[in-house]
Amino acid sequence: MNPKEVLRISWEAIGKNKVRSLLTMLGIIIGVAAVIIMIAVSSGTEATIKDQITSLGSNLIFVADSFSRNGPQATSSGSGLVYSDATAISENIANVKGVVVEQGSTATVKFGKISLSDISVLGSTPDFLVVRDLTVASGSFYTEEQNTKKTKVAVLGSSLAEQLFGTDDPIGQSILVGSTRLTVIGVLAKKGTVGEVDYDARLYTPLSVVLKYFTPSMFSRFMGDRVRMIYVQIINPAEMSDTIQQINLLLLQRHKVTADTADFKITTQEDIITTQESTTAAFRNLLAWVAGVSLVVGGIGIMNIMLVSVTERTREIGLRQSVGATPGDVRWQFLSEALLLSVVGGVIGMVAGVGGAWLFGVLSSMRTVIVPSSILLAFCSAAAVGAFFGYYPANQAAQLDPIDALRHE
Amino acid sequence: MNKPRTIIETRGLTKIYGMGDASVVALEGVSIHIEAGKLVAIMGPSGSGKSTLMNILGCLSTPTSGTYLLDGEDVGGLDKVQLAAIRNAKIGYVFQSYNLLPRTTALRNTMLPLIYDRTHKVPREKWEEKARGTLESVGLGDRLEHQPQELSGGQQQRVAIARALITDPVLIIADEPTGNLDSKSGEEIMRLLLSLHKRGRTIVIVTHDPIVAQYTERVIHLKDGRIDTVVHNGHNHSLPVEKEAVLGGTLSVRGQ
Repeated sequence: MNPKEVLRISWEAIGKNKVRSLLTMLGIIIGVAAVIIMIAVSSGTEATIKDQITSLGSNLIFVADSFSRNGPQATSSGSGLVYSDATAISENIANVKGVVVEQGSTATVKFGKISLSDISVLGSTPDFLVVRDLTVASGSFYTEEQNTKKTKVAVLGSSLAEQLFGTDDPIGQSILVGSTRLTVIGVLAKKGTVGEVDYDARLYTPLSVVLKYFTPSMFSRFMGDRVRMIYVQIINPAEMSDTIQQINLLLLQRHKVTADTADFKITTQEDIITTQESTTAAFRNLLAWVAGVSLVVGGIGIMNIMLVSVTERTREIGLRQSVGATPGDVRWQFLSEALLLSVVGGVIGMVAGVGGAWLFGVLSSMRTVIVPSSILLAFCSAAAVGAFFGYYPANQAAQLDPIDALRHE
Repeated sequence: MNKPRTIIETRGLTKIYGMGDASVVALEGVSIHIEAGKLVAIMGPSGSGKSTLMNILGCLSTPTSGTYLLDGEDVGGLDKVQLAAIRNAKIGYVFQSYNLLPRTTALRNTMLPLIYDRTHKVPREKWEEKARGTLESVGLGDRLEHQPQELSGGQQQRVAIARALITDPVLIIADEPTGNLDSKSGEEIMRLLLSLHKRGRTIVIVTHDPIVAQYTERVIHLKDGRIDTVVHNGHNHSLPVEKEAVLGGTLSVRGQ
């Protein structure tokens, strides 16, 4: 039987039952669209996380304290990462552009009658500005000297400054942060929200000030001048591994520990991205499987309708057999009908999926990235589902006895 | 005149359904011989085996034992695919309930057997032309694009006859062709079959209606799976009165 003829017959059969065909296809449409949208959402999340990591600054090395991981009784004989380690890295290693240490806290900020609670207070070092790629809009950022002397100064994010002072000039004003008075010395230019962090709504102050005034005393006493993390920005990324090696040696020496008993851990941005990617890939696969289940459900819908169709058209099958259709012809006819249903459903689903992913990205705060391979995957799965679930009804039709089929009421 | 070609030649056709104690003998030792160009009726009450015989003659099923030569070819040992090819090339069916594809034009319905012709006797681009010609020959030249639900019963049966004719088969099998029609349409259909017969078609009509059988040259009566009597109309002088009516052309076919 001519393939064109098979297709024409299938197409006509689908066209004769438009509503039913559409409802049957709906399962496949939803399945394909779901696969595309799910993958778009998870890829969007992945991209967001990657951006977030990159937005920390570029060419970064993270030196993390591993005290918390091993606990006080751990094999580590070192004292852990301390603030002076950061200074040592900055002074002794050539490829280092800047070193940043961060300590965050939250506090209520008051100025006049305005009181803002839960404002993020971030203590750091002057290099923070360079490493995080921030610029000062007015006034100035705090200096190394102010950090050393624990001078009570504050630099405001742009939206925070606006909330507190409106259109007035904040420079030189005194604000109450928690129970400590800080003098505003600068306002940063607008940076926006990167990942989860709104850079414009924060208050920036020297690390020493945060450690002294905004860290709970018990915690502070226990911690001493220990830091959780040192961010090192390097000049030449080609020498990344050499630099890591140098930092490693320097810190081992300073802490008087060996590689086995090291109380710190050095990672790079690349490492973190790789870890994140494997996590999000697992997440993405999970979503794709869930969406794939709806495709299978759609396939069962097709099988169901094809079985109904075979029963309904038993006489037609008998007639076709009596005028010369072989079992193979009948099988092809019904299989191609199932395939056509799933392929047409797949095409509609592709359009709906791409449109849906785009709309989802526009309407919600979540980012979506349409992955071309996901479209292909979804479409091929739809066709495979059609072939798989169409085969059984088609085979049932092919095995009908022509006499019984003709007698069927 | 040459000896006419034999279309149907059966020897000792037997069909048994089921196995062992539950088996039913539907047909037992039926031997018939039908030459080309004959118009033959097979009659018999329900359960006489006439449907079974028709199905075997139509290559829709195979006998349990006995041989069947269709147009000189033994169809006994053929598989499903080969039987389908034989049905396509050599047999045209006319059913009591027409069996047209719903929501499909007369033209497309008529074309149907050509789709399944593996020998491509008629090339695809000639299908429509051929179907049109065949429909015109059964008097439906003005109904080509009509769908079954837009046609009367008689017209639907004409489409079915056109469909049976399109592959130019050696044998037409009509199963109660007037069974669903009123007497006037039934008579028209019988006239059409008679005119096909006059043009040399070999036609076997299966019926339980004696009046339909009157139109034929020979009536094979089946009873309990065996041939009971064979009546040769026109040679048999003990014909019932209706025979005269047939010759007089006033007979009407009984409707149902």
